Amino acid sequence: MFDSRSKDHAPEPPPAFAGPVKLPSIQRRRHFKSLLANVILITLAGMAILPLIFVFTYITSAGLPALNLDLFYRLPAPPGETGGGMANAIVGSLVMVVLSSLMAMPTGLLCGLYVAEFPHQRLARILRFIIDLMTGIPSIVIGLFAYATLVVPLGGFSAWAGSAALAVIMLPIVSRTTEEILRLIPAQLREAGLALGLPRWKVLVRMIMRAGRSAIATGVFLAIARAAGETAPLLFTSFNNQYWNTGLREPVASLPVQIYTYAISPYEEWHRLAWAGSLILVSVVFAINLICRLVLKRQTK
Amino acid sequence: MSAKAPTLAINRRKSVAGDEVFNFVLRSIAVCVLGGFAALTVFLAHSAWPAIDAAGAGFLWSSAWDPVTGEFGALAFLWGTVVSSLLALLLSAPVSIGAALFLTDLAPRPVRAPVAFLIEMLAAIPSVVYGIWGIFVLAPVIREYVHPLLNGYLGFLPIFEGPPFGLGMLSAAFVLAVMITPTITAVCREVFRSVPDPLREAAIGLGATRWETIRIAVLKPSVSGVFGAMILGLGRALGETMAVTMVIGNRPEISASLFKPAATMASVIANEYTEAQGDAHLSALAAIGLVLLLVSSLVNLGARWIIKKTESKTHV
Repeated sequence: MFDSRSKDHAPEPPPAFAGPVKLPSIQRRRHFKSLLANVILITLAGMAILPLIFVFTYITSAGLPALNLDLFYRLPAPPGETGGGMANAIVGSLVMVVLSSLMAMPTGLLCGLYVAEFPHQRLARILRFIIDLMTGIPSIVIGLFAYATLVVPLGGFSAWAGSAALAVIMLPIVSRTTEEILRLIPAQLREAGLALGLPRWKVLVRMIMRAGRSAIATGVFLAIARAAGETAPLLFTSFNNQYWNTGLREPVASLPVQIYTYAISPYEEWHRLAWAGSLILVSVVFAINLICRLVLKRQTK
Repeated sequence: MSAKAPTLAINRRKSVAGDEVFNFVLRSIAVCVLGGFAALTVFLAHSAWPAIDAAGAGFLWSSAWDPVTGEFGALAFLWGTVVSSLLALLLSAPVSIGAALFLTDLAPRPVRAPVAFLIEMLAAIPSVVYGIWGIFVLAPVIREYVHPLLNGYLGFLPIFEGPPFGLGMLSAAFVLAVMITPTITAVCREVFRSVPDPLREAAIGLGATRWETIRIAVLKPSVSGVFGAMILGLGRALGETMAVTMVIGNRPEISASLFKPAATMASVIANEYTEAQGDAHLSALAAIGLVLLLVSSLVNLGARWIIKKTESKTHV
């Protein structure tokens, strides 16, 4: 061994330099298989994104030409007439989203706090289970819920019923986000507060909730974005309305329901409005998502 | 000392009282939410009861749905829901699993976050927007290109026969597949990420190629987690309403053909509820809603249970 090394200092050039390595055929097949798998995985990932690009480009190309100021301040035109807007639907959506946030936000926050901070109470465990269950309820069934509990007793379609249905959709999202974020807050913070002699509620409300404030806020906004796009629970709770809504106990138009009505109508002009409405809706939802994610990313960094 | 003790005691009592009030508030909100949920379910069951009472178990086994003559059987809708969801899962699962693997094991680090973000944005698009896209973009594509291709060459198979409507089972399944992809991808990604890195390193150390590493060290330990992810996606597909309602064609028929229109439990409720004729019709639709609630809840809980079980296993 030592002899041969001392004899020639320059080792023989590795065979790779002489030409491409001839791997045994099994090895070659393994490497080829791996390469093929890589290509397939990249293709699959591309296929997952492709629909987003298709949907987004089509909505933009069909919606942009139809977008004008009329949409934001004029009422829908009767079928056959050109022009008209979706102002009442936009206002209706805003009103119902605000109302449902007012209902779902405090409740969801406190539910999340309870579930995260008192996991040993049996009630909290039951609540957690039910909230898990609620996230999986189809939105159309939530519409049925609201119809049976609010529309029938109140004697008609109303903005209240629609808002309540949206609130039922938001509640589990808000609660679960709150819970997840509170779990991320280090236990030392709680211990520090308690060691200072603060009562537990003060520690939770003034320290823990405050520490998770902005992350929880993004969760709330994501829930709002989700509720703003929901159609199914509004179909037979807030129903629809071709005019300005005059009260919360009246049927009220909303953007998603209006898009649905226009999309399945036979009128070319209404299709145009449906595309414009979709573009508005998607832009709002995307904007909220994007901002929330950016804020959240900065927070976690 | 003796002067200080009382104030301390008062402070202590105050803080204990504050905690008790706080706990009481939280508990009562929890009770309200639970009570509210129970009330919703009871109200729904109440409005569904006449239909269930009238039809009995036949409600689920009969496929006759004729509101005019008062015949209500939900089988055609069950069929539509199950078939469209399973088809969607079939289309979506390979793509989602592949995308998740790409994100955890293949993509260079700077690529991962943007791709994951784009896939998550698929979930942010409202259902009704998928619906309008399905009507005006997807359905014509299926009518003009997919139908002639599949029907022309494979038309002798029962699943590919049928008329070139564009709206039908295949369109619905396709839209659903797009909609459940982010769900399955996200859960799969978590599952693959929870596979400990030493497992991957061991495989690489033994000389495994990248694909062999993925197969042996990533996919094999995550089989049940991936299964859970798929069931969760199935749960989402079962309850999806608007997009399906807009593209499935809404005809309660049981047929093997993918090109024929069909109807799902969610779509029939969305379609007929506001213009239902009479209490019997309303009640039958509520009963379908109740069945949908039960099915999707069971599927979702099952999926969560599977995922939780695998998570606790891999974290050992």
